[in-house]
Amino acid sequence: MAECGASGGGSSGDSLDKSITLPPDEVFRNLENAKRFAIDIGGSLTKLAYYSTVQHKVAKVRSFDHSGKDAEQDHEPPYEISVQEEITARLHFIKFENTYIEACLDFIKDHLVNTETKVIPATGGGAYKFKDLIEEKLQLKVDKEDVMTCLIKGCNFVLKNIPHEAFVYQKDMEPEFRFQTNHANIFPYLLVNVGSGVSIVKVETEDMFEWIGGSSIGGGTFWGLGALLTKTKKFDELLHLASKGQHANVDMLVQDIYGGAYQTLGLSGNLIASSFGKSATADKEFSKEDMAKSLLHMISNDIGQLACLYAKLHGLNRVYFGGFFIRGHPVTMHTITYSINFFSKGEVQALFLRHEGYLGAIGAFLKGAEQDNPNQYSWGENYAGSSGLMSTSPELCPTQRARSGTFDLLEMDRLERPLVNLPLLLDPSSYVPDTVDLTDDALAREYWLTCFEEALDGVVKRAVASQPESADAAERAAKFRQKYWSKLQTLRHQPFAYGTLTVRSLLDTREHCLNEFSFPDPYSKVKQKENGVALKCFQCVVQALDALGWEERQLALARGLLAGNVFDWGAKAVSDVLESDPQFGFEEAKRKLQERPWLVDSYSKWLQRLKGPPHKCALIFADNSGIDLILGVFPFVRELLLRGTEVILACNSGPALNDVTYSESLLVAERIAAMDPVVHSALQEEQLLLVQTGSSSPCLDLSRLDKGLATLVRERSADLVVIEGMGRAVHTNYHAALRCESLKLAVLKNAWLAERLGGPLFSVIFKYEVPAE
Amino acid sequence: IRGRRTEVPESAPGARMFPTCATRRARRGQGAEEVGESAGGGEERPARHPPAPALRLPNRKAQGGSEGIKTPENDLQGGLLSRGPLAAPPAPGMGDSGGQPGRCSAHAPGDSAHAGAGAAALNGLLHNGFHPDTAPPRVPLLAELQPQPQLPQHDSPAKKCRLRRRMDSGKKNRPPFPWFGMDIGGTLVKLVYFEPKDITAEEEQEEVENLKSIRKYLTSNTAYGKSGIRDVHLELKNLTMCGRKGNLHFIRFPSCAMHTFIQMGSEKNFSSLHTTLCATGGGAFKFEEDFRMIADLQLHKLDELDCLIQGLLYVDSVGFNGKPECYYFENPTNPELCQKKPYCLDNPYPMLLVNMGSGVSILAVYSKDNYKRVTGTSLGGGTFLGLCCLLTGCETFEEALEMAAKGDSTNVDKLVKDIYGGDYERFGLQGSAVASSFGNMMSKEKRESISKEDLARATLVTITNNIGSIARMCALNENIDRVVFVGNFLRINMVSMKLLAYAMDFWSKGQLKALFLEHEGYFGAVGALLELFKMNDDQ
Repeated sequence: MAECGASGGGSSGDSLDKSITLPPDEVFRNLENAKRFAIDIGGSLTKLAYYSTVQHKVAKVRSFDHSGKDAEQDHEPPYEISVQEEITARLHFIKFENTYIEACLDFIKDHLVNTETKVIPATGGGAYKFKDLIEEKLQLKVDKEDVMTCLIKGCNFVLKNIPHEAFVYQKDMEPEFRFQTNHANIFPYLLVNVGSGVSIVKVETEDMFEWIGGSSIGGGTFWGLGALLTKTKKFDELLHLASKGQHANVDMLVQDIYGGAYQTLGLSGNLIASSFGKSATADKEFSKEDMAKSLLHMISNDIGQLACLYAKLHGLNRVYFGGFFIRGHPVTMHTITYSINFFSKGEVQALFLRHEGYLGAIGAFLKGAEQDNPNQYSWGENYAGSSGLMSTSPELCPTQRARSGTFDLLEMDRLERPLVNLPLLLDPSSYVPDTVDLTDDALAREYWLTCFEEALDGVVKRAVASQPESADAAERAAKFRQKYWSKLQTLRHQPFAYGTLTVRSLLDTREHCLNEFSFPDPYSKVKQKENGVALKCFQCVVQALDALGWEERQLALARGLLAGNVFDWGAKAVSDVLESDPQFGFEEAKRKLQERPWLVDSYSKWLQRLKGPPHKCALIFADNSGIDLILGVFPFVRELLLRGTEVILACNSGPALNDVTYSESLLVAERIAAMDPVVHSALQEEQLLLVQTGSSSPCLDLSRLDKGLATLVRERSADLVVIEGMGRAVHTNYHAALRCESLKLAVLKNAWLAERLGGPLFSVIFKYEVPAE
Repeated sequence: IRGRRTEVPESAPGARMFPTCATRRARRGQGAEEVGESAGGGEERPARHPPAPALRLPNRKAQGGSEGIKTPENDLQGGLLSRGPLAAPPAPGMGDSGGQPGRCSAHAPGDSAHAGAGAAALNGLLHNGFHPDTAPPRVPLLAELQPQPQLPQHDSPAKKCRLRRRMDSGKKNRPPFPWFGMDIGGTLVKLVYFEPKDITAEEEQEEVENLKSIRKYLTSNTAYGKSGIRDVHLELKNLTMCGRKGNLHFIRFPSCAMHTFIQMGSEKNFSSLHTTLCATGGGAFKFEEDFRMIADLQLHKLDELDCLIQGLLYVDSVGFNGKPECYYFENPTNPELCQKKPYCLDNPYPMLLVNMGSGVSILAVYSKDNYKRVTGTSLGGGTFLGLCCLLTGCETFEEALEMAAKGDSTNVDKLVKDIYGGDYERFGLQGSAVASSFGNMMSKEKRESISKEDLARATLVTITNNIGSIARMCALNENIDRVVFVGNFLRINMVSMKLLAYAMDFWSKGQLKALFLEHEGYFGAVGALLELFKMNDDQ
């Protein structure tokens, strides 16, 4: 009852395949820097975890030493860019069939350069079996970890660190996968692990969990009994048989006994009264498919029933299912879901995990790495390096399950700083950053995938252009193109591969892919140039604003914020104009702006508010470099400062498109301070604070923000949040509810999106919201 | 006490009217009372026979021995009876006192075809096969159905109403012979047949040929056709039902023979007996049309769970020929000391009733009429047999169990120690616990060398443990500590009974008790037969 990893490996894992040639670039990536390993060997699959460091090229910015003698005045950049190597930590997880274990261990041995470790924590039923092999090949001592402990540690880890980790499965629904937003508090929950048997564990805190029950009827029963009944050896083949069968040929249904429904109890005629009940009374042959299907129903229903009984007894309604019986198989997820719905009458939801197969390996790794305290960090799923859900599912392509497809990968980057909720979120548990769920909305999905495909060549061109001195830039850019293109194709067929598909996830995936091929900041030079141009105009713009009357100035500031936002290299419509007409300027952008009333227009309400007392502190999320930041945001900030409002200006920690980064914002602020006494003194007196968001995305997830930012927001009692730009205020957070006043500003630079929202291209969103009392 | 009822002199059946009233008297929960009232309200039917109060009043007055018993019924009759404490159980032997021998003989059994008393008598003769004059009085018929030791407890206002009407109308009703109760399940048909042993020579003479042949056929054989079996060892002897003394026979045959059975009913012209066939189980619904079309028989369909509970309570109350019906296993966790012991189920509530037929239903029973179906599982007796047939090629339940008795499931199942080398201490699991049923069969080598006996045993253990596990969880969720296992899955199945007894005791650390009953699979059929009497009573 307790067994977690399957250990019935005898049937599939005995003959080791040594002939495999591994594609090293794709599978055991970054192995030469591997520091620490862990392994989870189940009945048919091995999951290897290692911790490694990745050397990234990062674009650093810094001020010039102002000797400035020979620089031409007009073309002098405002700061210097240098590409440097930076080392970040990454967790790699690889899942492969046990058949390849020896080949994989050999490969690791050959490529391992400088591991510090002497032991390898191991878990899973097969860990014992392969102990000697591992110790011999890797020269590491196998340290056996408790299966259940690892599983739960792993489960806690993914639930905390991977957004959209858990999902509900609904067969024949669109979408089939409904991902859950992460709760700040993941406890308590019930974990039902369906390995060869079933273990039911109640998890109350990080370290407190209890085995509350189990059942011997599990995956091993399906496999063992199924193999006896159908002479089919492999688990996946059995499932495939089952998916084609008709259980009613084998099962005795209520209608077989009653002739119809059992009315008094409201039991439908289609319910199974007795599993395999017909095979006892008829002298006929039963098809393999039908028997497999009947068996699948019998076992799934039984597991679901017991899970419900335990959930009820312990008063829990979050029930996660894992184990090799589930392993992302739509067939078993469906039957389990059906059973849970039936037996709990909808009170309990069956939840599944995207990385369910990795829980043991993650847990074993975490146990082995306790001295590094990995739980103190936040981690982020790397979309570039991870395979995504169902990447190797036999159901999707049963015939062409090629060898390379049997390697499934998960990579997680250690984030430099821990991420937390924005304290100003009205209800963190119901906050969903994304405005449109592309898994749900097929039309929108089609549009955006095409949009990203069409924009890809431009991104490649820009990436190459950003590194003119690099010899292999074109080659790397081509690889990037191929990778991102294939991700887009995967998402076309499996929109659920990385959780809920959103414009944000498409953008983030592109950033991850760019980083993967050492294009850390393709826009660094563009941003540098634009910042330089804009800085030159700053004083001029400020003077013009100061010359206006108060009311006129407020409108001009708002228009400036919006006009600046038209400059966005990320939006294809704008980049077309900019590339063809470099003279397109700030004034022209303002002219191009929609006249009031805007598409969403609460400016009057905002103006009214400005006539009242100043805000205590404003938190502003900036968007683009250059004109947007310098001629749009800073004048607005300056006005707030003059009103006596403190300002926290939050910029991205890492580069994304032409978005201003935190380090760039520091240099820009320094240059502005040199020109403007208001900004100068505000910086000095800490009325203006520059912080980083913790993000490297063109969008904004208010539930994953830098802890320092959150602390500051709390300390300064921020009472106004300004979110600017399409990525942050429309693709995400358009519906975000905050505890304080908020301004969401954007120019719709995408015709499709504008049309969806009911306006023309370059429509303006000016959304001022005041929380209900 | 259990045996007392059968000791009541047949000459004084009327005396039992008052114990009967006593059984109808006490209600245990207000809720049940209300439910019963409304149900009773729906049962109003016009009396089809002229009332005969003159016959009844003297009779009632004669009940000298019923002092101290107050029932709403007799209260309503005009306070003719003295009152007593509501909860007082009937005094032992009370029913034997002051009886008035059969004075109600003028009443014919209820048959809607007849209106006048004279016609009723005549038709009673014809249809019943017995001379009405010799028939015991009809008044006490309910009394015979009621287990006297439990008189105060199981009663419904609906029945009080029925009784009241009966007393008002003074009709005499007894269903015509033959008396059958039938439970048509998914795999087996269970039939109970009441064989009257008090047939006088005169009656015998009058008994129509058809009826006689049925009686002789059923009672002189123990096997019928290819697959019908009479469980002779379960026969309840010398039982009084509906005023008649006789033996209750327990017969079963496979549900797939149902059409043969209906055909036989047609050929034997069963419909000419004008009996009502009370049937429960899903087959009562499924075959209703066939009964009507082929055999011209109208089934009286009854809910299977109602019948199950009523039948169980009845059989337990009459006992098993002087021995107790209910038993448990002492020392269930110690194979050497484990032994069957009688259990007194006089106060059975609340109980978790686990009915294991082809599938399994689990009921929480709070009183005679207050129960709910908690859940059920499709992994039941049908699954055991179905899988055994597929895995071993066996054909019958007996064969499957015989093989299972010789097998060893640990060759088939993967145990905790097979995985962990011993106990899984982190979770306090013993090494001998089954981790994965059929888990060893994942290995091709082991599949090739496994015996049919081992497979049969593993199937039995898997199904049994699973039922035990679900039952245990239900007991915990419902907060009930007595779990009564019934159903034909347990027939000749000591392995499963001991496993269940073990599982209840072990996993609950002794908190739960597994109980079993001798007539494990027949309660539904008995319940159906009891409905036959009630039905006639209503008329």
